[in-house]
Amino acid sequence: MINISLYHYLIVSSILFCLGIFGIITRKNAIMVLMGIELILNAANINFVAFARYGNFGNSGQLAALFVIILAAAEAAIAMAIVLNIYKTFSNINIDEIDTLKD
Amino acid sequence: MTVYDIIFYLFALITIGSAFFVVTLRNIVYSAFFLLFTLFGIAGLYVLLSADFIAIVQLVVYVGGILVLLLFGVMLTHKITNVQIKTGTLQIIPSAVAVLVLAFALIKIFLTTNWKTMELVSQNSSAQGLGVLLINQYSVVFELLGILLLIALIGAASMARR
Repeated sequence: MINISLYHYLIVSSILFCLGIFGIITRKNAIMVLMGIELILNAANINFVAFARYGNFGNSGQLAALFVIILAAAEAAIAMAIVLNIYKTFSNINIDEIDTLKD
Repeated sequence: MTVYDIIFYLFALITIGSAFFVVTLRNIVYSAFFLLFTLFGIAGLYVLLSADFIAIVQLVVYVGGILVLLLFGVMLTHKITNVQIKTGTLQIIPSAVAVLVLAFALIKIFLTTNWKTMELVSQNSSAQGLGVLLINQYSVVFELLGILLLIALIGAASMARR
């Protein structure tokens, strides 16, 4: 059995990324699309932290992961406000039925 | 097989398994709860990578903030009397094929690239180093992110009230 290396973390993050893509393109509900986006951002974060650990780049890689987490929080807040507005206007949040810009 | 390996495989299994349920279950509330386990597993992976501060921030911000926000979103966008909180799905077969191809390509690229890696050195807690970096080298980014977060929250509040 080989030791855990950088490649193990990269494989985990790429599988997570692909699952996030799958969630985004197959789900109708807008909130499920948001969950897929969170999965993708987390996969990117695993890459940042893993490269920072195995490349000995100091703490800068972890700091990039921290910035990504902050941006994800801002993104989730804005997206939730948009989803609530869509629900107020169309009474559902199925993204395949919302195809008009103005009612 | 050391203890580190066993813990890594455990956390990787938790992360990927519950992420799979997040994107396949039809009930949105179940998906949100499986997202909780995914985020916990990723926090465990951060701890294994000796990024303790990032792991704590992951738990506080993602589990305590974003996940609760998503659950609020689920509750606010479905009628309470309507018990079924289900989501429809589109084009499962073609997207599964496309995603599998993408996954194989990504893993192949990752495995065949010769990454520059160093000898692992044991690290102390990363909180102090991160704090020093934040107020010296990355102080402008830090301030900009603070302003961005403020603007985003004000914008979200005003948009949701309208």
